[in-house]
Amino acid sequence: MAARYVVAPAAEIPPGARKVVEAGQGRRIVVFNLGGEFFALLDRCPHQGGRLSEGKLCGLVESDEPGVFRYGRKGEILRCPWHQWEFDIRTGRSWHDPDRTRVRAFPARVERGAALREGPYVVETFPVRVEDDYVVVEA
Amino acid sequence: MPRPRAIDCDLHPAVTGFAALAPHLEPYWRDSVEDRGMEALESASYPPNAPITARADWRPAGGRAGATLAQLRTEALDRFGADIGILNCLFPVQLPFSEDMSAAFARALNDWVRAEWLDRDPRLRASIVLPMASPEHAVEEIERLAPDRRFVQGMILAMGEVPAGRRTFWPVYAALERHGLPLAIHAGSAYRHPVTSVGWPSWYLEDYAAHQQGFQSTLASLVTEGVFAKFPGLRVVLLESGVSWLPPFLWRLTKTWKGVRFEVPWVDRPPAEIVRDHVRLTVQPFDAPDDPDLVRRLLDHLRSDELLLWASDWPHWQFDGDAVAPPGLPADLLPRIMVDNPLATYARLREEGVPS
Amino acid sequence: MNVVRPIAAPGRPAVATLGLFDCDIHPRPLSLEEYRPWLSAEMWHRLSTYGIRPRHGFAKGYPFPKAAPLASRRDAWPPGKVPASDLDFLRAQHLDFHGIDIGVLNPLQPSGQGDQNDAFSAAMAYAVNEWQLERWLRDEPRLRASVVVPYEDGEASAREIRRRAGDRRFVQVLLMSRTAEPLGRKRYWPIYEAACEAGLPVAFHAFGYSGWAMTNGGWPSFYIEEVSEHATSCQSQVISLIVEGVFERFPSLRILMIECGFAWIPSVGWRLDQHWRKLKDEVPHLRRAPSEYLREHFHVSTQPMDEPERPEHLLDVMEWIGWDRILYASDYPHWDFDDPRTALPAFIPPERRRDIFGANARALYGMPAA
Repeated sequence: MAARYVVAPAAEIPPGARKVVEAGQGRRIVVFNLGGEFFALLDRCPHQGGRLSEGKLCGLVESDEPGVFRYGRKGEILRCPWHQWEFDIRTGRSWHDPDRTRVRAFPARVERGAALREGPYVVETFPVRVEDDYVVVEA
Repeated sequence: MPRPRAIDCDLHPAVTGFAALAPHLEPYWRDSVEDRGMEALESASYPPNAPITARADWRPAGGRAGATLAQLRTEALDRFGADIGILNCLFPVQLPFSEDMSAAFARALNDWVRAEWLDRDPRLRASIVLPMASPEHAVEEIERLAPDRRFVQGMILAMGEVPAGRRTFWPVYAALERHGLPLAIHAGSAYRHPVTSVGWPSWYLEDYAAHQQGFQSTLASLVTEGVFAKFPGLRVVLLESGVSWLPPFLWRLTKTWKGVRFEVPWVDRPPAEIVRDHVRLTVQPFDAPDDPDLVRRLLDHLRSDELLLWASDWPHWQFDGDAVAPPGLPADLLPRIMVDNPLATYARLREEGVPS
Repeated sequence: MNVVRPIAAPGRPAVATLGLFDCDIHPRPLSLEEYRPWLSAEMWHRLSTYGIRPRHGFAKGYPFPKAAPLASRRDAWPPGKVPASDLDFLRAQHLDFHGIDIGVLNPLQPSGQGDQNDAFSAAMAYAVNEWQLERWLRDEPRLRASVVVPYEDGEASAREIRRRAGDRRFVQVLLMSRTAEPLGRKRYWPIYEAACEAGLPVAFHAFGYSGWAMTNGGWPSFYIEEVSEHATSCQSQVISLIVEGVFERFPSLRILMIECGFAWIPSVGWRLDQHWRKLKDEVPHLRRAPSEYLREHFHVSTQPMDEPERPEHLLDVMEWIGWDRILYASDYPHWDFDDPRTALPAFIPPERRRDIFGANARALYGMPAA
């Protein structure tokens, strides 16, 4: 069963920012704040192992017809820093092969410090204050 | 319709000169040819005396290879048991720089093949040779000839002035799709560019080998520009293209697509799949060693038994004797290549009651 | 050449027991000023005033914009600098992390190769070569240099090669794959003559601008096509080198194709053989089947790894090319970098991977076994 990790005070990852955290056995996870929503992905591209946390968050471009660019979802598509494979940060699925090529995605959310006292949680090495918000990742 | 024994998808009847074409040229062009002393039009892709251009035993003394119906019958159709043969004329209407001249020669050539060949043997079908210097002219030629169901495809050369996928040509592909005609791409160049991307080579052997690069570039253009997204019904047939270059080309294009598909978002599935769904290749020349085990592995790389079409490439010299089927091809694949795949590719070969 | 003791490093493949050679690392100057010490006042004036003038129309910017800035890994930017411009950063991220024993530098632009002006190209080549020694090799014994040559001027290239001959820090001659004429043409033969004299392989790296359209049917539209067309231009170079009889004239010449892809190589050899049988009369200077020259004289680097739809098909093409002809390359710091731990699939037998990482490069570059 997945453990719940308190990975950072929410204020440490403002909208548009990201943070790499360790969650169990040296596993690197990258947490994104997309306009107040948090998403967590394994920090390793399934292709050659590039660190996705170094990638650029781009928009999604699709097309209904050659020459027509349908562009949106700005900031939701993570391009691997190496071979530019695109991953949806909401699901971890690649654009080019969504069923078979995907990054492991972990549920992430914000919880109030008071709630975290009830556990069980694995807390990183920072103090948890009841009145603050924290990012929690199930991994 | 009885099942044909074989369908030969690449036959080259030769125009012996402007005199042969003259009856089919419009008066202005017929007189221009004479007034200006245009004695011949031959392509550097196929020097008449070069060994590949015609097999030695298909070169009549004092005559020209591939010039008569009798030659075609005895040397290819009857000899190799083809009940249907597709004529792809290589008289180089693509060479002249005047688009009007190019289109006029194309019209004459297509009328010539109809009168001198199609009307004289019911087994024959032909390509509409397209004057691509002007897409408008090419569309006109398709509209003019498509009603004759013996024209089964439109044909261009692998190397033109701009890559074949560019949108300037899309009215041509729309017309082909509308009429159920595949786009055939034959080895050859309009020589608007050197035959390599690094300049002119020294030897004809290099020129002939360079078709392999031309086909890769053309196919990359068709896929990346989105021709198959725009015209999902369009089929492409590569003629005299060779085969063994295709898998590595597709691997590379597909790998690159995974990373930079954002540049061409209309390419919304792997290029290798698109090509397998839309593109077919003829089997002569077959660019692999005569090693059955190697050929089997190579065919496995294609990942489909629907891609290859039978062709003798008559009268070009690609094989000796009767070895029209490349050595090493598995016997159980031959019926597919000789009959099923051509029938699946050419809608017009499946029709009943084609005038004969 | 010292024998390099295999080192432990977190990013080193365990199978690299005969050394880990990377035959493709791309150093970059932070600014053109870095070349200035080795340029005459006249050439510095040209560089700083008129700039590099390749055979295309983009004075700044690329004919085909890259997949990422400076075509580089996004994690390869040292703070405040450009990728592979900082030796310490390159050491930490690449040489140390992957445990590279020997890394070969291949300076790309701005190097002046393929410039419209031959004299300028020659001056730049000299400066870039001195820059490699001073800026990179002086303090880093794991790095080796390539002799950058002004390849459109055969005689000037030969002079630059002879200047470096005997200096074991230079391990190969470097050309770009898109040249103004096919590489088998006689104008380039002085390069091969000097390289053979010096005992250096001639490498051509995918890239450059020939001045001709990027395909033999005109200019393509997209970067994805440019990447694809690196293969076709390299194919034309292979065909030219073989058909012109370069290897009959220079039997000791060895060619390394870097970043050209490799899966296409068998097909080019087969096609040439097929047509050569019909056209032998035209090329009597060829005394063997074209594929034999290909097998004997050409080596290839792995990056960008060809990735067949069914991965194990790689085994076929690697066997057809020759297991001893394939050298690992990372292409650091570029976006299509290949990590040595993951680029070579595990189904490639370990002893083959071991040779691709170490033995094959040692043989080509004439370095003693580890």
